[in-house]
Amino acid sequence: MSSTSATEEKRLDHVQHHFVDSEQQFESAKMGMWVFIVTEILMFGGLFVAYIVYRSWYPELYLEASTQLNAFWGMVNTFVLIGSSLTVAMAIRSAQLNQIKGLIYNLYITIGLAFTFMVIKYFEYSEKLGKGIAPGEYYTYDGLEHEKANIFFSIYYMMTGLHGVHVTIGIGLMIWLVVKAKKNVFHSEYYTPVEITGLYWHLVDIIWIFLFPLLYLID
Amino acid sequence: MATSEASTTYKKIQVRRYKPEENPEKNYLNEEKGLWAWLTTVDHKKIGLMYLASIAFFFLVGGILALILRTELWTPARSFLDADLYNQVFTLHGAIMVFFFLVPSVPTVLGNFVLPLQLGAKDVAFPRLNLASFYIYLIGALFTLTAILTGGVDTGWTFYTPYSATTGGNVIMMTLGVFILGFSSILTGVNFIVTIHKLRSPGMTWAKLPLNLWALYATSIIQILATPVLAITLLLLTMERALGIGIFDPALGGDPVLYQHFFWFYSHPAVYIMIVPGFGIISEVVSTFSKKIIFGYWAIALSSLAIAFIGFLVWGHHMFTAGQSSLANLVFSFLTFMVGIPTGIKIFNWVATMYKGSIDMKTPMVYVMIFLFLFMIGGFTGIMVGALSVDIHLHDTYYVVAHFHYVMVGGMVMAFLGGIHYWWPKMFGKMYSELWAKIAAGILFIGFNMTFLPQFIMGSQGMPRRYFNYLEQFQPFHQTSTVGAYLMGTGFLIVAIYLTYSLFKGKKAGPNPWGSRALEWQTASPPPLHNFEHIPVIINGPYDYHKPMSEFQLGVASKHNGHHAEETVDVPESAQEKA
Repeated sequence: MSSTSATEEKRLDHVQHHFVDSEQQFESAKMGMWVFIVTEILMFGGLFVAYIVYRSWYPELYLEASTQLNAFWGMVNTFVLIGSSLTVAMAIRSAQLNQIKGLIYNLYITIGLAFTFMVIKYFEYSEKLGKGIAPGEYYTYDGLEHEKANIFFSIYYMMTGLHGVHVTIGIGLMIWLVVKAKKNVFHSEYYTPVEITGLYWHLVDIIWIFLFPLLYLID
Repeated sequence: MATSEASTTYKKIQVRRYKPEENPEKNYLNEEKGLWAWLTTVDHKKIGLMYLASIAFFFLVGGILALILRTELWTPARSFLDADLYNQVFTLHGAIMVFFFLVPSVPTVLGNFVLPLQLGAKDVAFPRLNLASFYIYLIGALFTLTAILTGGVDTGWTFYTPYSATTGGNVIMMTLGVFILGFSSILTGVNFIVTIHKLRSPGMTWAKLPLNLWALYATSIIQILATPVLAITLLLLTMERALGIGIFDPALGGDPVLYQHFFWFYSHPAVYIMIVPGFGIISEVVSTFSKKIIFGYWAIALSSLAIAFIGFLVWGHHMFTAGQSSLANLVFSFLTFMVGIPTGIKIFNWVATMYKGSIDMKTPMVYVMIFLFLFMIGGFTGIMVGALSVDIHLHDTYYVVAHFHYVMVGGMVMAFLGGIHYWWPKMFGKMYSELWAKIAAGILFIGFNMTFLPQFIMGSQGMPRRYFNYLEQFQPFHQTSTVGAYLMGTGFLIVAIYLTYSLFKGKKAGPNPWGSRALEWQTASPPPLHNFEHIPVIINGPYDYHKPMSEFQLGVASKHNGHHAEETVDVPESAQEKA
């Protein structure tokens, strides 16, 4: 490490002043993201608790209201997100192997899949809003008999909405990664942002994997 | 001490003694100059000072609001505020003091400043995130100030539904302000946890971690686990007002008690976010001014974690009268008593540390004494309101108000003041007037007790909290309380004056004015920009006063960073006897 050759310098210029070496910096960033993921789980946990509480109070409401959700498109979205988790993992792999082109392509595919997810979600939302299935007091749909149907959809919109915000943030992060990758910032010794964005993206994916059966597949 | 044969599995590094510089020309305060350098700094020490300024501002605002309340309460019925305005003022007093002063105070000011110094690190793990936390705090504050100026909030700091979903004023702005502020708190917690795990200097094992850091670690765990739940709760409340989603509003089929569960799941652990870092300060100060190794290191360290853990299981004691099942009440009451155990362990260990120590009654130690006295009263009255039968009588009375002011002001604020006085020489390299500091501490102590002791009596006689009006019989108590409040205000003013004065005219402090063994005192005051000119090496615990000072000033001798070197151990002479 005491070598002063130009390539060596370039390889180490990502190490910030307060870390002793690249490894410590990488480990810190990774741990930071894991701790942050814990906070995310607790944040969604609040919504899951609201879901559980209302489901235990009104089990029949959930059975009835979930029929309004389109399980087919929900399933498609699930596969889209699982696919994007694969491509983001491949992006990390490319970075580890120093294949910057592969990294960029994989990020593009992931961004594309994330967009697909949001577009499908948009059509799902607009179809429901068109029918009058809006959250809370704006709920005007009369196809459901249960008097608390609005609450189910409040929970539905809160959970999928918060998840959607996370997907959008993920898209932003990956566009930022593409910009950085094009500037040749990443190499096999330094791909920390790719790694931790990948972690974040897996979290977004896993939350959806819980949301999908809990909301769409009850019946 | 490991022999050379046994230490073959360890990394070997060459160390030598680095005496801290007496009067460094360059330090973190003068190395980067100008307003812009301050606003964009990633230096944890400067960020700590910026937090100090913001928090002092909010403490002033919250304090003035408190004085307005107390002045109004001089006579029953209306003196100069009408009832609606009174409601807004107590809401803002509570919300500002809790969210903008108590929760961030110790971690962001003293934690930010001291944590890397105590670890021997150059900075926190994510310096830019640290700066971002500060600006998120400011944005949250901006939202809150906007809420105050555009309609105000009269829900109380707890924002209970359904009232908060239907009342006038600008509740959305306020809850969004607190929501944003939560992120600042979460990110600080993430930063501290990673820093403590990953940025310890060579030799700093978990068993040598200063107790202040154990306390901050426990606090950070509560911050990252509890704050996201508050975030989602406030988001749901905001949506309740904006879209009427109905989850908490009985008129739309929701359940207001669910809101209380959500809210207190954060807000009860939040009181430990406020007090546990105070415990950390007390541990440091007690040991330094008793010149004695801390009694029961592991007991104090682990009791912080125990408080963090049990603190998550007691939120239901805020809802004894809100229609919880009797079984839930029973369990929550029992668990509430359990929190008393680790807290008691701490108190006993601090007192045992002082036993037979050579106690030096400097100002920080005076605050420790005040803390022990007031916090004990706060803690024991907490046990009383945690008891089911007693709480039915005391719920929502001034007794509860007095209880949490004894814990929060008598405990946390006194610990914070102790910490400020303890680390002030390190922060600015200047000493304040010891005489004035003791006078102010005395005034604060008397003023505090005058303010809140009468409230215990009033509360037990049935004076409800948050009322604008009261019965004639309570007037002497209210008036004593008001006089006490002004006395406290005077005390805080004196503190502000002599501390500011010391910045300009104070004596030079020197690197280690208290003769402490802790690592943050083994560098210059004020410290250089990157804290240490060397990489510190730790071979003793931070409270080992029976060992010579030279053993606490070791650093890596070579240019190497101490992580990969394979060199022979070179312990200085004084340490060799034990080797």
